[in-house]
Amino acid sequence: MAEMVMDQAQRPGGLDRAEQGLLGAPVPRWEGAAKVTGAAPYAYEQSPPGTVYVAIVPAAIGRGQVTGVDAGGAEALPGVLAVIHDDPRMPAGEGNSRAKPQPNTGRVYHYGQAVAMVVAEDGEVARAAARLVQVRYEETPGRFDVEKQAPIREHGLGFLPAIDKGDLDAAMAAAEVTLDETYTTPVHFPAALEPHATTAWWEDGQLTVRTSNQIAGAARKTIATALGIEASRVRVLAPFVGGGFGGKTGVGPEAVYAAIAAERVGRPAKVVLSRRQTAYVAHHRSHTTQRIRLAAGRDGRLSGIGHESVAAQNEIGEFLEPVPFGTLPLYAGENRRFRTDLVRVDLPATGAVRAPGEAVGTFGVECAMDELAHRLGIDPIELRRRNEPEVDPTNGKPFTTRRLLDCYTQGATRFGWERRDATPGSVRDGEWLIGMGMAAALRGNFTVEAQARVRLEVGGRAVIETDMTDIGTGTYTILAQVAGDMLGLPMTAIDVRLGDSDFPASAGSGGSFGAGSSAAAVALACEDVLAELALRMNAAPEDLRLKGGQVSAGGRSAALADLVRDKAVEGHGRMAPGKVSRATSQASHGAQFAEVAVNAVTGEIRVRRMLGVFDIGRVLNRRTAQNQAVGGMVWGLAYALSEDGVVDTRDGRFVNPDFGEYHVAVNADVPQIECEFIEEVDDAANPVGAKGVGELGISGAGAAVANAIFNATGVRVRDFPVTLDKLLAGLPPL
Amino acid sequence: MKTFTYTKAQSPEAAVAEAGEGVRFIAGGTNLLDLMKLQVMTPDKLVDISRLDLGRIEQREDGGLTIGALVPNSDLAADRRVIDGYPVLSRALLAGASGQLRNKASTGGNLLQRTRCYYFYDTATACNKREPGSGCAAIGGFNRIHAILGASDKCIATHPSDMAVAMRALDATVVTLKGDGDRRRISIHDFYRLPGDTPEIENVLEPGELITHVELPGPPQGEQLYRKVRDRASYAFALVSVAGVVKVEDGKIASAALAFGGLAHLPWRDFEMEAMLVGQAPSTALFEAAADKLLAGARGHGSNDFKIPLARRTLIACLRDLTGV
Repeated sequence: MAEMVMDQAQRPGGLDRAEQGLLGAPVPRWEGAAKVTGAAPYAYEQSPPGTVYVAIVPAAIGRGQVTGVDAGGAEALPGVLAVIHDDPRMPAGEGNSRAKPQPNTGRVYHYGQAVAMVVAEDGEVARAAARLVQVRYEETPGRFDVEKQAPIREHGLGFLPAIDKGDLDAAMAAAEVTLDETYTTPVHFPAALEPHATTAWWEDGQLTVRTSNQIAGAARKTIATALGIEASRVRVLAPFVGGGFGGKTGVGPEAVYAAIAAERVGRPAKVVLSRRQTAYVAHHRSHTTQRIRLAAGRDGRLSGIGHESVAAQNEIGEFLEPVPFGTLPLYAGENRRFRTDLVRVDLPATGAVRAPGEAVGTFGVECAMDELAHRLGIDPIELRRRNEPEVDPTNGKPFTTRRLLDCYTQGATRFGWERRDATPGSVRDGEWLIGMGMAAALRGNFTVEAQARVRLEVGGRAVIETDMTDIGTGTYTILAQVAGDMLGLPMTAIDVRLGDSDFPASAGSGGSFGAGSSAAAVALACEDVLAELALRMNAAPEDLRLKGGQVSAGGRSAALADLVRDKAVEGHGRMAPGKVSRATSQASHGAQFAEVAVNAVTGEIRVRRMLGVFDIGRVLNRRTAQNQAVGGMVWGLAYALSEDGVVDTRDGRFVNPDFGEYHVAVNADVPQIECEFIEEVDDAANPVGAKGVGELGISGAGAAVANAIFNATGVRVRDFPVTLDKLLAGLPPL
Repeated sequence: MKTFTYTKAQSPEAAVAEAGEGVRFIAGGTNLLDLMKLQVMTPDKLVDISRLDLGRIEQREDGGLTIGALVPNSDLAADRRVIDGYPVLSRALLAGASGQLRNKASTGGNLLQRTRCYYFYDTATACNKREPGSGCAAIGGFNRIHAILGASDKCIATHPSDMAVAMRALDATVVTLKGDGDRRRISIHDFYRLPGDTPEIENVLEPGELITHVELPGPPQGEQLYRKVRDRASYAFALVSVAGVVKVEDGKIASAALAFGGLAHLPWRDFEMEAMLVGQAPSTALFEAAADKLLAGARGHGSNDFKIPLARRTLIACLRDLTGV
């Protein structure tokens, strides 16, 4: 076992000695062809013989108690095998490894909650039968309107405590210029293309769960807890996941339902949520209300910054959107106040969706900075420069790598920022009003424990195994690049096996920590392999040179395959956070730029181009990193302009839980989007020096669009999404 | 999905002979299948008409076009005679749905699209259109995409088609075959119904009556335009759309046909407003008066109030484009 605990900045020697240049290269996704040809099976697509189908019966009320279930009509339908509603292990909501799924007590916490299931020979029969299950309720009035609930200040939810440093009120009173505005963001669905699905089967008391989940190891623990069995009796498989975006970090009730159904009928069982069910049974990002206060001098230097927010959660959810998280290290200012208050609602659970905190928090703070720049007559980039802190202004810790100012400079040049007219509404192209906007991007970097195994097999192929997942992010590819470089092997000589909870434990995909942590674990496992190879070469590890399947040391050279002709070499790697992780302030950074056109007649908004310049530490694969960054920017664009999960406040139902009326960006909405990386290896972040990228792209992207809309029209919309109806009154007369 | 039986019709006559209670014709299925999966529509039997010989576009001696009910939206939009003579129709078609959907969607089916009202799609809510007598959840609910003209206290849904709006501006005729073998020719102006007390009845087709063709008169003179205002650039239904055919002669408007999508339970047309324009010199003042006339009876329901100023601005801009003001 080769281990690194991040007590100081460090890097495996084998990584520095790598000669092939695979790491960082724009290698195409290893599983790409399999995915586009349908050869990569998803959780619902492969079933053992005899598989039965599960359909969920959703609650038809927003709050109350199930008082009885009449399954007669459903059971009478040919093909129905069972209607299950009274198993106490059926979870009422999502769970994760830290929290036991809420057991089924018949209590209804929100509309659409799973309350029963039908098991049938056929999927359509199961779904039709689910509609015939008569559930009786005792309904109680629900809290469906987030705006009408009183915020709870002391709630204990979430990982981010309230921060109150200095005296913000006094700073506001004393400041030459102040800004005090409130911004709101709507319900945001993770909206992965692959809906939540699970196939489960039992063999000799062992449960196998083929599921669509971001974190296989945690899913195993959660499923075991829900079923009341030892984790060793559960194996979770998630080799291909069709997007997660946070919505698959926990284990949904449907996965446990499938296991219970399989047990009850003695056959494998599978379940898939319909698109509409996904909105109710899986979590969404909370709506937020954000009060931003800025206290500044006429020179733009901040003396105070406040980001006080409200987010929602239901009665059994334990997550709370950490709205101001990204604002903490962003700008200077002695007097600082950050908090997120809670409103309890009777709605589906809120949870982590791509960049929890920053995705929404940057709307507030980055629009507020744009507003302040406008009031002061200072260029928005210059205002940000003047407030660039030397150390983390909230906790005083040193930054590791922070190239934010370089992102501004490089971005401004590439985008042509100097052509921006600071007077709103002054640039016109026919019927279109043109504007440019920018925003800072920041996403906290997390160092999270991960392990991996690398085996150099007899014959000379390398096999990588970890329970890490690839949710469309490129994990398979980057791990092969790491091992290929360190072992001197071509990509074609490496097999990567992921998403099996029997493999060494990783952190899974979430929080943008997956790539850095799992790549580090693989790099360390390779170090372990190199140590053994050095013994076989009778050389010191640092003297090994590996390239093209050949190993050389001290003038001697051998084929790697010959070194393992008789005996494979197996290496284990483990990386864990340590003192330097706790003693420093770490984040990925970026500068986002957008140019928009707003129709002067109708207010229709079309983004013309976007640019992001990002500081993400080491770039593990230029192609997949770009894919992540640009994909995040598309998310930001859509969240700024159209994504809006509307709650009917009369009954707690979602009005638009489908892709017809919940508007994610389509191709025609996505213009030319470019991104660049400023690469500085961050040896304090993890042993491969890569910071998070998957969630950085959405941060600030929406604010850049909103700021561009203001520049185009002079209309400042603080209630997202910015739809044309909010601009109409401010458009020029015809 | 509710279990159903399925037959393939070999001729239009055989198709209508199969019709009856609980029977639906299916062609492209781009709307019906979605609604069946959600159990918004639960037919007992589907009669597949997609193999009937109704897939041609033919020029008539009078200069007009006869369009088979099964002509796919994409083919109709790309037909040279349509592009040249009826650009408003081609543009309307291309403004709708997505490439994949347009390849499957048929001309007849497009005319019969069901509303995109959120509550129509959610079988747990009250909807007079889906379940007569159950009420209307959109009234008093979220109604951003709903009607501002011609609605009733039973239903405020809109018709979602782009194609039908252009067809209405072009004075199309719907040709049908009835169960008794009779053929009918129905002006598109008489084809659709306002919701009134029976929003579940959306047009004048009798049970089992099959659309076989749509006829267009000869290409109209003047400028043509289709403008669709929507939240995203593609794959979104119109908040407001305008199909316009306007001819200016000797500095005066000689003829004007203007149809509107997104405003009502049917593609809307206001002949009195058009009459106000004819004979007048085009001007912004005239167009503002026309917009006032169009929207005199408009009523918002909360989240769709913005459609009133939006329709006004869009109409004025379209008239300017059509007349060169």
